[in-house]
Formats: sequence, C-alpha cells, structure tokens
Amino acid sequence: MTTKDNTPAGDSPEETGNEVQAADVALDTAGGTLEPSLVPVSTQSGDTGHQQDTVLRRIVMGNGFVSLLAVFVALVLGGLLIASTDQNVAKSAGYFFARPTDFLYYLWGAMTKSYVALFQGSVFNPRQGFSPLLETMTVATPLICAGLGVALAFRAGLFNIGAQGQIIISATLGAYAGFAWHLPPVLHLIVVVVMGVIGGAAWGAIVGLLKARTGAHEVIVTIMLNYVALFLLDFLLNTAAFRRPGDNSPISPRLDESAVYPQLIPGSRLHLGFLVAVALTAGVWWLLNRSTIGFEFRAVGANPAAARTAGVNVQAATILVMAVAGALSGFGGVAQVAGTEKVLTGGVAAQIGFDAITVALLGRSTPWGTFFAGLLFGAFRAGAVQMQIQTGTPIDIVLVVQSLIVLFIAAPPLVRSIFGLNPGRKKRAKAAPKAAVATGGAK
Amino acid sequence: MKQSLRATLKRGSFAGVATAGAAALLLSGCGAAPEAGSGGPTTSDYLACIVSDSGGFDDQSFNQSSYEGLKKAEKDLGIQLKSAESKANSDFETNLNGMMSAGCKLTVTVGFLLGDATKKAATDNKDSHFAIVDFSYKEPIANVKPVIYDTAQAAYLAGYAAAATSKTGKVGTFGGIKIPTVTIFMDGFYDGVQAYNKAKGKNVQVVGWDKASQNGSFTGDFEKQDTGKQVTKNLLDQGADIVMPVAGPVGKGAGAALKEAKAAGKDVKLIWVDSDGYLTAPEYKDLMLTSVVKQMGEAVEAIVKDDKDGKFSNEPYVGTLANDGVAIAPFHDFDSAVSAETKSELDALKADIISGKLKVESVNSPKQ
Repeated sequence: MTTKDNTPAGDSPEETGNEVQAADVALDTAGGTLEPSLVPVSTQSGDTGHQQDTVLRRIVMGNGFVSLLAVFVALVLGGLLIASTDQNVAKSAGYFFARPTDFLYYLWGAMTKSYVALFQGSVFNPRQGFSPLLETMTVATPLICAGLGVALAFRAGLFNIGAQGQIIISATLGAYAGFAWHLPPVLHLIVVVVMGVIGGAAWGAIVGLLKARTGAHEVIVTIMLNYVALFLLDFLLNTAAFRRPGDNSPISPRLDESAVYPQLIPGSRLHLGFLVAVALTAGVWWLLNRSTIGFEFRAVGANPAAARTAGVNVQAATILVMAVAGALSGFGGVAQVAGTEKVLTGGVAAQIGFDAITVALLGRSTPWGTFFAGLLFGAFRAGAVQMQIQTGTPIDIVLVVQSLIVLFIAAPPLVRSIFGLNPGRKKRAKAAPKAAVATGGAK
Repeated sequence: MKQSLRATLKRGSFAGVATAGAAALLLSGCGAAPEAGSGGPTTSDYLACIVSDSGGFDDQSFNQSSYEGLKKAEKDLGIQLKSAESKANSDFETNLNGMMSAGCKLTVTVGFLLGDATKKAATDNKDSHFAIVDFSYKEPIANVKPVIYDTAQAAYLAGYAAAATSKTGKVGTFGGIKIPTVTIFMDGFYDGVQAYNKAKGKNVQVVGWDKASQNGSFTGDFEKQDTGKQVTKNLLDQGADIVMPVAGPVGKGAGAALKEAKAAGKDVKLIWVDSDGYLTAPEYKDLMLTSVVKQMGEAVEAIVKDDKDGKFSNEPYVGTLANDGVAIAPFHDFDSAVSAETKSELDALKADIISGKLKVESVNSPKQ
C-alpha cells in the first residue's frame, strides 16, 4: 500500500501520548483521500475494540433470522446435491410415475441421512457419546491457530496468504526437533514448540520485512514463500536426515513420545494443543484490544498514513505483525506434527493454511470469531468422514455441500435477496456495527 | 420425454423441493416400479472396506486399481463394500476408525502414507484384518497383509523392448513424485536398456533418469497433466523417441505431447504404467508400445476372497513376473514393429528372471 513512499515518523511507538493522537487522526482522516485498505471493510469493523463482533454475536444480534435461513438454504441445496448422487434416488426416479412415493422417500432419506451422519461425526452419536466432538476440536486446533495468524494480519491491513508456508516450515522444524533430538520429557516438547514457532515467525517476518523495506506486495511474497516452503519440505523428505533409517519413502520417523502434546482425554486424539489454541485466542484478543502494540497494529490496518503521522513506526509494526502472525500459524504447524499426526510428510499442512483464510474471514477477523469459525470448520472436516462412510456420499460432494453452507453463512445479503427480505431490515441490521465502523480506512 | 417433463412441472406436486436437479432426474421417470420384495442376488454380510490416500479413487493408479479390485469382489462374491477417500493425512486415522465402527472384516489401505495409521488400527482391532497396498512393515503385524510389487522386473522388460525399438538411440522416462514405488519403475527400465546395450554392443541412452545417482525428471505431483506434457516435450527435445511416464494421470500429459509430436511427423511411442494403457487410455492407443502392468485389482480381489473363506494370512503378497503380479502388456498395434528376435529375447529374459538366473535389483525394491 503506502509504506514505501513514506519515511517513518521516528517517534517511539511506545509513548502512550501518541495513542490518543493516533486514534484521533485515524478517525479523522478516514475520508476518501487514501487508497482503501486491501482488507474488506467488514474485517476492520470491530476495531475500536470496545465491541466484540463475533460470528455468534452477529447471529444473535439482528442477523439471526437471516443466518437460520442461510443454513436452511444451504441444507436444502446440499441435500439435493447429495440426493442426486444417491443410487436409490436415481433408481426410483426411473419409475417416478409408477410410484412417486418411493422417489420422495429415498430423496428425503438421502438428505436427512447425510446430515445426521455429519452431526454424528462431529458432535454426538449414540454409540460413542461426545467423542466426535473431541475429534472436531482436534481437527479445529491447527485451523484456529492459523486462522488467528491470518486474522491478526488482516487487522493490520495485511492480506496474509502465507499461513500454509508458515505451517509447513514450523511443522518441519518442530518435527525435526521431535524425532532427531532425544531430550527429557517436558523439555523436549517445549523445544519442539519453540522451534516450530520460531520457524513460523521467521517465515512470517520475511514477508513483513520485504513489505516494509521494499514495498513488495505481501500477497505475492506469501504465495511464493508457500511454494518455497512446500518444495523445501519435499526436498528435505528426500534426504536421509528426514527419512526413517533404511526406508526410501518420503516420510519422517515418528516423533518421540516425549516430544508430542499429551492426550487430554484417553481414547480420543484431543491433545494439549487445543488448550494452547484457546490460550492463543485469549492472547490475541488481549493483544488486539488491550495492548499498545495491538492498538498500533489496528491503527496501521485502518490507515497507515494516519498511523505514521500519529507516530506509529509502520515499518516495525508491519514486520512485527507478520512475525506474530507467522508464530500463530507456527502453533498450527506444531499442533499438526506434535498433536494430530506425530509424523512429518509432504501433506502435513493439507489445506489448513488456505482454510484458515476462510476461517478468519468467517470469524470477521476477531479472535473469538475465528475460534468459533475454526470449530465450525473442524466439525465439517470431522463430520465429512462419517458422512462419507455411513452414507457413501462421495467426499467431493461432501466438501461441495460444506462449502455451500459456509458460502451462505458468510453472505447474508445473498440469502436476503433469495427470500426477498425488505431493505428496511437490512438497514436496521447494519445499524449495530455502524458505531464501530468509524475508523474504517476504506469508504 | 419433453412432454413428460412438462407434465411433471405442470403438476407442481412438490414445487418447493423439486428444482432443476430433480427435474433432470425425472426426465427418465417413466419406467415401471420394481416388484415389492424382489430379492437381488444373494448378498453376504461380509464387509470389506477401503481407505485411499489423498490421491482418491480416481487417481488412475494404485488407489483406483485397488478400489476396482474391491468393486469386482463386491460383484463376484456378493460382499458389502464401504469406501472412504482421504483428503488430508490427518484423515487416515479417522477414516480407519470410522471403518472399524462400521464393522469392516477386511480393510484395504493404500500407500505408504497409511503405514502408521494402519498399524495403529490393526493393533487396536486385533480381530479385524487389513491389507496395505505398496507398503510393508519391517516387523510383520499379525493381522496386516502387505501387498507389494517387484515392478522393476516388468519395467526391465519394457526397457529392453524400448531400447530395441528406439530409432533415435534415446529413450526417456519421468516420474510424478520421487518415491520408491515410482522410481522402481525407472530403475527397472534403466537396467533393461543397459541389458540391451550390453547384449547388442549398442549405446542406447536413457534420458530423465539415472539409476546410479537416483536423479531424474519429476513433475512434482500426480495431477498436473500440463507439467507432464512439458517434461515430455523436453525429453523429446533431448532426442528420446520413446517415453515412459510413471505419474498416474500425468501420463496423459505425456500422451498429449507425443500425439503432437506424431502429428508433426515424428516417430514416437509411449509406454504406459500400472495398467494396460491400450485399454485404459485408449485415446493414445496408437502410440502405445507396451505397458508395465501391476495387477493390483486381481491381488486385492484374491485377498478378499481368501479372507472371506477364512484363509487370511499376514504373509506379504509380492507381485512378480512369476506369479503374474507384474507383467508387460502385449504390443497391440506395434506388434509388427517389434522384431521376432526381440520378442524371443524378451521371453528368454522373462524366463531368466522367473527362474532367478537374472536378478533385477533396485534400491527401491520392496523389502520383504
């Protein structure tokens, strides 16, 4: 954006006097003279910090009805998709006019069965009790960590596509410390976590550094660094140091028992990493809403030029926010290798880094919003397995359906227009966040 | 048909639900209803399951072949079948747990990535049986049967045939990802070419793979066909006229590049892998010299049958030339292009490999 053509104000950002000033300037110069931020306005909306604008709050406040409709539309549309892949439905459609009840019966059956399976795979089922919920939390852990990293960067006006690379680097370093070094318990885990987090932070800081010093666009830099990380991992897995002795397959040895997060509940995969993710969420909330640094991050995100005028060192803030974002993603990478998989492979990051972007946006870039959006995504991922096994719905269709649900939840205006809801409702719904929107750099 | 659709829409019996998708289904909705209670073929309640790696069951490689083997068993033996595709490595364990709670008697897992997850599931469920394709354990597990292939044996024959038919004196190969199950093809192919050189005093060169340094051309995944096309073009530019892609569906990219080269007047040929490409990739059949075949479907079906009959054993199944687990496909359209001399030499080599007189060795061969 505008970092490159300005010199830093030079003042120490720590001075509390600047805080108030920065806020005033940020508020006052929000007019159209400046390039709009890359980050969607909605993600900046909560940044006065006095109002937590989470998904849950949005559902409860005003938009609840629309959200319900969104889920309903998604369920019906998804159900039809599922039904269209169901053999019985197809077969009974063949004699629809002879016995239409069969068709309707199978149609209804196919739709409901899938959603029941989704629920049973992600929350509760009679056989295993609530252990699917634990699985949901396990799957959500890296998503939450990486989602926080993406959300934090959003709030500072940086579009961080690099969570994938940050996860890969941190997983690689963390895993290496986990299987190659043999240290006493507790210490070993701490070393693994520290190695991973430093790796992620460094990978993020490179982006911040390039952005701050050269003005390179963070989207390009992060995407390229994703490739660098991915192929670096592929290369490393083809070296003897990262392979199991005597084996040519690109898969690392298992991490030592002392190097992995302890299980929280026996019989499930839920590990300490989840509690770490909860703590990180609280930490990011504190950072953004209660700390000077977080305030600077938000000021930079809202209006970098104004922040600079107000005495914020924009370059330092850019580097720092990317390092912290990378560290958060790094916790995600550690959760993968030291929690869920306990082994390093080329696919260790799966699609987590990219799902994290959706999670952050769905959570409106607020820490707790991201947390619950991560849980929702985790539930979908965990439920998909049961949906596939119990109903035989192809996994790709399962993912299509889930993406539809997210799409409708994330786009209330779309749902409103489907149901032709009057614009008066729209205005009232928007009124609530309006007070908070004042600092928005765009529009 | 059109009229019946119109009638359906006019009737509007379920306006809310029946959207375009349902209407499309109804296009053919004029058939007769099945008799109530008409029993299908006798089905057994034996349940066989399969969990893929992230390639999915349409990878035109081991996931697909294994899945097709189970499908065939479902049809032939009347068993039940459940399948789960993994989208990420963290899905392996959950998929296997799901299969265990579904009550699978035999669960087939595909690929070395599932090695750890299968081991864990097998240890936790001692009464269930497992078969893992393309992977074997150093220490055998009582209820896991490894299914592995000494593909180098068949690739050796393909390399020999390629060297004998090459006009330019150069043959090429490339892989998808550098993993043993891929590079074993390339090792065998390389050795086959060297065997030809040694027997005939020729100097046919292999581009795209060097066995000694274990380095060569790879596309980086099993998905991007355009990369395969590009790599193949590079191999052709280096003078190769026969190319063996070992990259699942990426092989189609090689086929496309060769097709273009052929249209431009070059005499080029393709060697397919895993299945007989003449049958499974018919759009390139006029380029298909031969294929290095891994009979995975057959092996999987046989294992299911054995297990159903209570004859499960954890002894590894090793596909070799001797048990037809690996083979080279017929030359089909190129039958006349391969000299009778070469054919008899291939037969002799095959016999030597089967008898053990000739050993095809590769660092990538499965450890037994």
